[in-house]
Amino acid sequence: MSPAILLLLAFGLSLLGWLAARSRAWAFRRKDPQVRLHSLPNFHGWYVALWVGVPALLFAALWAAISPALITGHVLADPASAVLPNFGFERETLLAEARSVATGRAFGVFNEEAQALVAPYRTAITLFDSIGLVVTILVAFAGGAFAFLRLKPDFTARTRVERAVMALLLIASLVAILTTIGIIASLVFETIRFFGMVSPLDFLFGTHWSPDPMSAGAPDGSEYGAIPLFWGTIYIGAIIAMIVAIPLGLMSAIFLTQYASNTVRKVVKPLLEVLAGVPTVVYGYFAALTVAPMVRDAAHAIGITNASTESAMAAGLVMGVMIIPFVSSMADDSIAAVPQAMRDGSLAMGATTAETIRKVIVPAALPGIVAGVMLAISRAIGETMIVVMAAGASANLTGNPFESMTTVTFQIVAMLTGEGSFDHPATLSAFALGMVLFLVTLTLNFIALRVVKRYREAYE
Amino acid sequence: MNAEAIHTEVKAETTPYFDAPLKMSAKNVSVYYGDKRAIDDVSIDIPQRYVTAFIGPSGCGKSTFLRSLNRMNDTIANARVEGEITLDGDDIYRSGMDVVQLRARVGMVFQKPNPFPKSIYENIAYGPRIHGITGSKAELDEIVEQSLRRAGLWDEVKDRLADSGTALSGGQQQRLCIARAIAVDPEVILMDEPCSALDPIATARIEELIDDLRSRYAIVIVTHSMQQAARVSQRTAFFHLGKVVEYGKTSDIFTNPREERTKDYITGRYG
Repeated sequence: MSPAILLLLAFGLSLLGWLAARSRAWAFRRKDPQVRLHSLPNFHGWYVALWVGVPALLFAALWAAISPALITGHVLADPASAVLPNFGFERETLLAEARSVATGRAFGVFNEEAQALVAPYRTAITLFDSIGLVVTILVAFAGGAFAFLRLKPDFTARTRVERAVMALLLIASLVAILTTIGIIASLVFETIRFFGMVSPLDFLFGTHWSPDPMSAGAPDGSEYGAIPLFWGTIYIGAIIAMIVAIPLGLMSAIFLTQYASNTVRKVVKPLLEVLAGVPTVVYGYFAALTVAPMVRDAAHAIGITNASTESAMAAGLVMGVMIIPFVSSMADDSIAAVPQAMRDGSLAMGATTAETIRKVIVPAALPGIVAGVMLAISRAIGETMIVVMAAGASANLTGNPFESMTTVTFQIVAMLTGEGSFDHPATLSAFALGMVLFLVTLTLNFIALRVVKRYREAYE
Repeated sequence: MNAEAIHTEVKAETTPYFDAPLKMSAKNVSVYYGDKRAIDDVSIDIPQRYVTAFIGPSGCGKSTFLRSLNRMNDTIANARVEGEITLDGDDIYRSGMDVVQLRARVGMVFQKPNPFPKSIYENIAYGPRIHGITGSKAELDEIVEQSLRRAGLWDEVKDRLADSGTALSGGQQQRLCIARAIAVDPEVILMDEPCSALDPIATARIEELIDDLRSRYAIVIVTHSMQQAARVSQRTAFFHLGKVVEYGKTSDIFTNPREERTKDYITGRYG
């Protein structure tokens, strides 16, 4: 029985329940015009529909989970299964093969022994599918009958349906939270394994990064000092990119909120937002193919001879451009949140627009702007594609922006997509790096959101 | 009654009242927001060292007219002013008029207290600084103290000048805003319903203050409270539907209005 058919069945029955309950609710009123329904007929409909659909779907899901085991059990109880070897790999293979043929996914058996099991499999599958179907329908009807019999004019269908909707919303929000917790848990376990092989002190404070994913495993002369990666990440994401993004983003926000006419604003703002929607991989090849050679040539022209094609500068510049819309829109919001009265107050004192912006509006909006910058940094240091394509792979600990540098995100990609096995410290180092990155961006976001919140309170 | 008639009538009947020298004068002023005419052919003289009150029902244009006296309407994108407004005989809408200078001479206090999110000291020092009135710290201290004294706030805040201006009570904030306006030594102070956000006690303090300030400045106050207009002003203009219905001595307006509409309004028949 395919899940799609069960799903359709459940929805169809729900619809029937909805219609039946609604007409029953209308009937209450027709029978006695004096009667006042507690809830609208539609809510009676939804109440019954939920009682039909939800238990049936839950049962169908449960059945889908347990029926394969039941089917196999049934086949093994069949005398034909006597041909199977007692345990091990072959036994599983034969069973799988027979199952494939029985469900029509394969046309013939490879091992002769499996042939004998095909027929029992067919019987078992038909049997358990029918059981599943019948019980699902029974559950649907039982739920529907239970709900339908409770309908009365003063039945509180609306409150119950609203409670169900609230539960649904709660579950939806829990999904995101649980996923986050799941991510943290998986990172934590792998990180602990990594720190079992490499000392956390060496990792956090070491200045040489030279893992060898193809080696036999520690000790192999690999070094896992992540300082050059942290430095590369900060240099590209938090320094070079921000030197580009903060002034440009802030100035464009000031222009858009304070000087631009409505027409200009209507055109420029969406264009700026389009910049935020460009896939980062596009920025990546723009950085690698266009900006990086230009940066290298410019460096050579001013006499820096060791400039390489892959440079921190190229990646940082492009990343800065990518971040402009974030800084600009956060700054725009917080400048717009400064009350007009503040601006009027300053202008009425005889201040010029420029003085008003510099001395009143920007200081008042500063917390929001700072928060925007922090969010932008957290995004920049988590950014992967641009640095993969433009920054290079060599873990240089240098202040020269024209040299190749590598970042945390780049190394995560490099370590996880390599040939190394999953119990090799080089591969596991990716999780430790991810953990560090996760903690740093989490902290930045947390602080930024706190700042924004405090600031909002101040003006409301 | 058409605009022409009001105009001549106002002119004819009120001129004798203006024994005081004129500070500002509006002649045939109309203000438009886009196509909508908010002020329709208003002519009013603002005398020196008097408090002039603008009263009238909501939406009658009194705040709009007030804002055109220091060109604050310039900050509204589609606002347009026609007619002539003069300050000491000088047309403030002429081309080449420096709005910055104008607003330093014609200060403004708003309906809702709007201190800057800076210290009390910095709030007052803001104007003198941007106008380069003084370079020395001692002189600035002097201006801050004097402004706060004139606004009747000095004794309450002298020990906490470094505290944020927004931490003061509503009434104190409004007096801070008045002190801020005084600090640049203006000639005219415009007040747009300065007490509408305040309780009766704070209102009484501001009204006393307005009376004190009258000796130095020409004051124009927009108010919704007729009692307030009667208490603080010497001249009152009654606005209705963008026109000035009647303008004259406050005592005359309130005890012996010439216009039926004025009488209806001040006796609470409408508005």
